[in-house]
Amino acid sequence: MQTIYTDFLVVGAGLAGERAAVETAEAGFSAICLSLVPARRSHSSAAQGGMQASLGNSVMGEGDGPDVHFADTVKGSDWGCDQEVARLFADTAPIEMRRLAHWGVPWNRVVPGKSIYYKGGKQFEKVEAAEKEGLIMARSFGGTAKWRTCYTSDGTGHAVMCTMDNRCAEKGVEVHDKTEAIALLQDGEACFGVVARCLRTGELRVYLSKATMIAAGGFGRIYPNTTNAVICDGGAHAMCVATGLVPMGNMEAVQFHPTGIVPTDILVTEGCRGDGGTLLDVDEKRFMNIYEPEKAELASRDVVSRWMTHHMREGHGVKSPYGEHLWLDIRHLGREHITGKLREVYEICTSFLGVDPIHQLIPVRPTQHYSMGGVRTNKDGAAYGLKGLFAAGEAACWDMHGFNRLGGNSLAETVVAGGIIGRRIAEFLEGCETEFKTGLTNDEVKRQQARIDALISGRDGSENVYKVRAAMQDALHKGANIFRTQEGLEKCVADLQEALIRAKKVGLRSNGKGVNPELTAALKLEGQVRLALMVAYGALMRTESRGSHNREDFPARNDRDWLTRTLAYWKKPEDTLPTLEYEPSTTVVEIPPGDRGYGHAEIISADDKKE
Amino acid sequence: MSRLLKLNIFRYNPEDEQSAPHMQEFVLEETDSMTLFIALNRVREEQDPSLQFDFCCRAGICGSCGMVINGRPGLACHTKTRDLPGEITLLPLPVFKLVGDLSVDTGTWFREMYTKTESWIHTNKVFDPTALEERMDNKDAVAIYELERCVECGCCISACGTARLREDFMGAAALNRVARFLIDPRDQRTDRDYYDIIGNDMGIFGCMGLLACEDVCPKHLPLQNQLGFLRRKMGITSIKRLFSK
Repeated sequence: MQTIYTDFLVVGAGLAGERAAVETAEAGFSAICLSLVPARRSHSSAAQGGMQASLGNSVMGEGDGPDVHFADTVKGSDWGCDQEVARLFADTAPIEMRRLAHWGVPWNRVVPGKSIYYKGGKQFEKVEAAEKEGLIMARSFGGTAKWRTCYTSDGTGHAVMCTMDNRCAEKGVEVHDKTEAIALLQDGEACFGVVARCLRTGELRVYLSKATMIAAGGFGRIYPNTTNAVICDGGAHAMCVATGLVPMGNMEAVQFHPTGIVPTDILVTEGCRGDGGTLLDVDEKRFMNIYEPEKAELASRDVVSRWMTHHMREGHGVKSPYGEHLWLDIRHLGREHITGKLREVYEICTSFLGVDPIHQLIPVRPTQHYSMGGVRTNKDGAAYGLKGLFAAGEAACWDMHGFNRLGGNSLAETVVAGGIIGRRIAEFLEGCETEFKTGLTNDEVKRQQARIDALISGRDGSENVYKVRAAMQDALHKGANIFRTQEGLEKCVADLQEALIRAKKVGLRSNGKGVNPELTAALKLEGQVRLALMVAYGALMRTESRGSHNREDFPARNDRDWLTRTLAYWKKPEDTLPTLEYEPSTTVVEIPPGDRGYGHAEIISADDKKE
Repeated sequence: MSRLLKLNIFRYNPEDEQSAPHMQEFVLEETDSMTLFIALNRVREEQDPSLQFDFCCRAGICGSCGMVINGRPGLACHTKTRDLPGEITLLPLPVFKLVGDLSVDTGTWFREMYTKTESWIHTNKVFDPTALEERMDNKDAVAIYELERCVECGCCISACGTARLREDFMGAAALNRVARFLIDPRDQRTDRDYYDIIGNDMGIFGCMGLLACEDVCPKHLPLQNQLGFLRRKMGITSIKRLFSK
């Protein structure tokens, strides 16, 4: 058994993890990132749009500043966020974008003079100022008062990921790719590393560290339809949940995107609808104009997703081998527009579907997109429950997003949070004195080896891992989706509890030797079902609608009773439900709760609270 | 009526003493808009759970799923079965170390490449968090991004005659990486510095000019132009060196 020692261990090598590792390496500490895939394949690289930071260089960004960015973020969160964190984020984002430019990101830059842009399908003209020439440019994004999104063409995540990974190589941060952490090493008070499985050989390996960070992205793959990469499976979250000590924050807050293509759930941009595309049902009839006569297809992301789901439930969906879907029609926009302004959409349709959107309809459905919930941390990124454990990025509930995340804020969060929390970790390491408990380490390795042996021998049963996983995904899809009701959630919880029993009885059909993908899937299945139960049970208990969490039976946002964050624990391995606790959403209030300005407007005020 | 696809897949698990390299046939019913991503996952979930292959983003962005598809290196995620004949042969990419079945280790290869090319901005300027960002011409930014679009799938390396002959050849992906830094005004390295990295048979002078790299690049990077550009630059640098001796 190989044992590897490092000051700082990161589970995940996306933007948040690598940014934090760079920060500690620059402070003189050793850092290792574990990754399922080579670092540049991390899901961070898939983000195309950009990163929000209030540089205010573009003429359409004039007057922008951290205060405006902060206000947009708090409103976007539907007042579910930690305002102290949102403030920290908005203030730091401009510095981080400039730092990335210094490190090598080829941000698009301001080109002075006249240019054309489109809004709601109409053409407008703007003139960029000569004195801003060559500064970082910004583009427009939904939910923001100003043009604030820094970008590199259509590949922001990819470009920033390359630069960050280069910086890691330069600073000596090691990335151990094809390595999967499967258990935390901890003594009930502090975390001191992980047990990992090598995805080249299948062998177990021990990593001992003074500080450990979870930066493994979202867990969208517990849903059947998701825009997330296949590595976003919640394995790292499950490992934290298994300690019984570390809570997950706001797991019921799950964001859906209206137009994932069927079957592979790759996104086509909201620009399709912005430019005049329409949604059609099985009879090729429009329906958004019935539900939302004024805004129709141009209503906000959550509203469109909700009506699409409703319409399919009413029996107007198109049946396909991959489940029901609707159609997106952009044919009337014409060849020139589709291959020009919507080139990326054209390429996705032709490359991945074999559909020509100039002449054919695009199959779409609302799709799981972003997990606002995750490992609950304080504003320094320190996880609740275990000393020396941190989290950042989508994996964390640092909680600047609350119940709805704005476009461009997630990618920015990765580097901004990674930087801030990386510095806190460097400070933690300065004053850190640790003893590694080799007895506990040996016990944990034995426990993990026993799990593997049981799965291979089929000692606990012969359930098929892929079938149980499908049962979990199906339960979430039916009950904890865009629309939620008490009845649907109760059924969902019951189905998930049944899946949990089956997950404990999985046995492999293959021999389990070497890397074995069936074993990889089986090792995390029970943990995934626990995460699913945290989503569903948290949603069942939260009797209000806030941001992405929509209860049909409780349509009002209830600030009187629910200006809170859910903390979900899995206290004992034999539990069949998570234990829920609550804490205030924010302790610092810069902006008191108000109307978001879009979506439903019914609010039960916090002032109604009886003393 | 949909087709029955016959998939011939390379099988070998180096961690299993019982395993010997061989081809295995799977039969699968084709569905609408089926990609190799969907087909391979169905084979694994319904027929053989031990089948190893790599996918990550499944959207042509991350480069995980490079494999040899009916004789040609390419990304499996955006390969539609309807564009292939009913019999499909899948092999792992050559040059890279085999992990098992269709999965290869591109991570180690590329990480070594970063080290060799020192794939980061070399500058003596220090970042000042209180200052405005340094200005850059947008044309430069766009040109750099065009080369940085490489997803490191390894298809160009697998299709390269020289890389197949000699292990130490850096290949198109590395030369493209060097070109990316060479045109970046923030990088203070000189042509001579780059000559030390690529001015040899492992680098720019090892290329036989077969140009399969560009033919198979799924991102359509201008790899031939970069080879030409670097060769000219390094040729001139080489002559300058001769005269300055």
